[in-house]
Amino acid sequence: MQVKENGILKKYIPLAVFALAIFLLPSHISNYEMKTLIFVGINAIVAMGLCLLMGYAGQISIGHAAFYGIGAYTSAIITTTYGLSVWIGFLAAILLSGLVALLIGIPSLRLKGHYLAMATLGFGEIMFVLFVEMEQLTGGTEGILSIPPLSIGKFIFATSQQIYYVVWIVTILLLVVALNVIHSRVGRALRAVHGSEIAAQAMGVNTAKYKIQIFVLSAVYAGIAGSLYAHFVNFINPTPFTLNFSIILVIIVVVGGMSSIWGALAGAFVMTLLPEYLRVFQEYNLIIYALILMSVMIFMPSGLVPGFLNLINQFKQREGIWRFLESKN
Amino acid sequence: MQLSQILQFVLSGLSAGSVYGFTALGFTIIFNTTGIINFAQGEFVMLGGLISVYYYKGLEFPLFFACLAAILTVMIIGALFERLAIYPRRNSSVITLIIITIGGSMFFKGAAMHLLGEDPVALPAFSGDKPIMFMGAAVLPQVIWVAGATFVAVVLLWFFYRKTILGKAMRASSDNKEAAKIVGINVSRLTLYSFAFSAAIGAFAGVVVTPISMAVFEMGGMIGLKGFAAAILGGLGNPIGSVLGGLVLGVLESLSIGIISSGYKDAISLLVLLLVLFLRPSGLFGSTKGERT
Repeated sequence: MQVKENGILKKYIPLAVFALAIFLLPSHISNYEMKTLIFVGINAIVAMGLCLLMGYAGQISIGHAAFYGIGAYTSAIITTTYGLSVWIGFLAAILLSGLVALLIGIPSLRLKGHYLAMATLGFGEIMFVLFVEMEQLTGGTEGILSIPPLSIGKFIFATSQQIYYVVWIVTILLLVVALNVIHSRVGRALRAVHGSEIAAQAMGVNTAKYKIQIFVLSAVYAGIAGSLYAHFVNFINPTPFTLNFSIILVIIVVVGGMSSIWGALAGAFVMTLLPEYLRVFQEYNLIIYALILMSVMIFMPSGLVPGFLNLINQFKQREGIWRFLESKN
Repeated sequence: MQLSQILQFVLSGLSAGSVYGFTALGFTIIFNTTGIINFAQGEFVMLGGLISVYYYKGLEFPLFFACLAAILTVMIIGALFERLAIYPRRNSSVITLIIITIGGSMFFKGAAMHLLGEDPVALPAFSGDKPIMFMGAAVLPQVIWVAGATFVAVVLLWFFYRKTILGKAMRASSDNKEAAKIVGINVSRLTLYSFAFSAAIGAFAGVVVTPISMAVFEMGGMIGLKGFAAAILGGLGNPIGSVLGGLVLGVLESLSIGIISSGYKDAISLLVLLLVLFLRPSGLFGSTKGERT
């Protein structure tokens, strides 16, 4: 990923432009489109966390839907069964997803490659079984109803537009956090681990600690997204928290570009909006996603965002060469 | 619980365990030659089951012919998958290959759902439905078929890996790919054979077990996961270990249905998987060439 460190302003321009676009959109789009964009934001949050884990720390998780679910169920249970405030639920969701990530992460992140993938897959499936079977707590297959919407004091975020702003404010904040992590000491350590874990260890980087920290952070992101989801749709059951969703998350990160947080955002846009445009082909969902995933991995393995940035670079280089050759004549 | 009840659970566990064992074999074969874990392995089992039913019921082939044709078909599918999806990126990172095989599994699932239907289907039992009584437990004749097939497969595989040139070449390639290339072994062709072979084995399991537990397009996921658990349990890379791991896992799962409840049965297998991965990734019989830091 290219880092232009010359000037604080330059670094934040893409972010500012993006934030502006997001905030100006609601007046130009329909209610339905706004709801879709809320889902984009929620998915983007999970994707950004997963991107930090996969792209920067070089690990893999195909069970992240579990943390999303933990966040959603925690918020739901705290606000319905216990009737506590939405923000306590939110906090609990963050804490619980982080805690579970810590418990699972410590033994899992000693594994590598396939073993880690399988461990996360297994964990995700176990959580799904728990969501379904622990009926007392989770409502089983029927789930939990009447989850209250987000609110600050007396003000309730009830309309789609209000929820849109809350979700996207959180998304952009988390985007800034992610970007800061990448450019921090932790981020550099992570990239060292990704480059070569042994070399990083030889340089004194405590690889285990950083891997676990990022795993927990990515789980917290997912938990936050899950909480927002629960308060947005006001009803949850185990259905969204399956392996399918975990794989879609991986597709989002990979297709957008593992090595780029913006890639995660782009991927979230693409993969959330795609089913809307492909409604005609809805039955072929599975095959289409599979083909997208495989094509990107086979032909543009670094993802769409880095892939296109590369293409643009190549054009610039070729243009430069043309100009040079022309000027010589 | 009475002895006959326990025996009942154990026997039904053995039949599910054979499927896991065969799936585990598939994982082991591909892993042995290439070091790749094929996340689409479970789908080969599913395809074997669904395609054989299609040949038998849809195209009205005679039973054994339908089974054979299905195995051959899936073998070709496996070979095509390797050539089109794996081979172009054979030198890529582990994560890339994992994701490609995950994509493959999704593709097979979607294609099966479309072309072969969403409903569970089954073949008729190979030699009738009447259960045989064995020490108070009822055994379906099909389970004997499954057991027999497993035994034959293990013997053949042992023979293949130890006594044939191709088998030895595969073991050499798994031990050290570069060294194998140096002595003239065509590793890329071996990879093709491994995928084809694993697909055939998976399909074989799918075909043989369909009369007992019906085949449906989404069965591949859990079977793949449990097959992998079995492979790790028995020691990834050890064919006999894979089969034994499958049987052990099947029996454990079956007993847990009896002791706890059927809802948690999947979680039990997965818990076993996690425990093995965390505590002893080399499994019961494997070498300690595990992927751990």
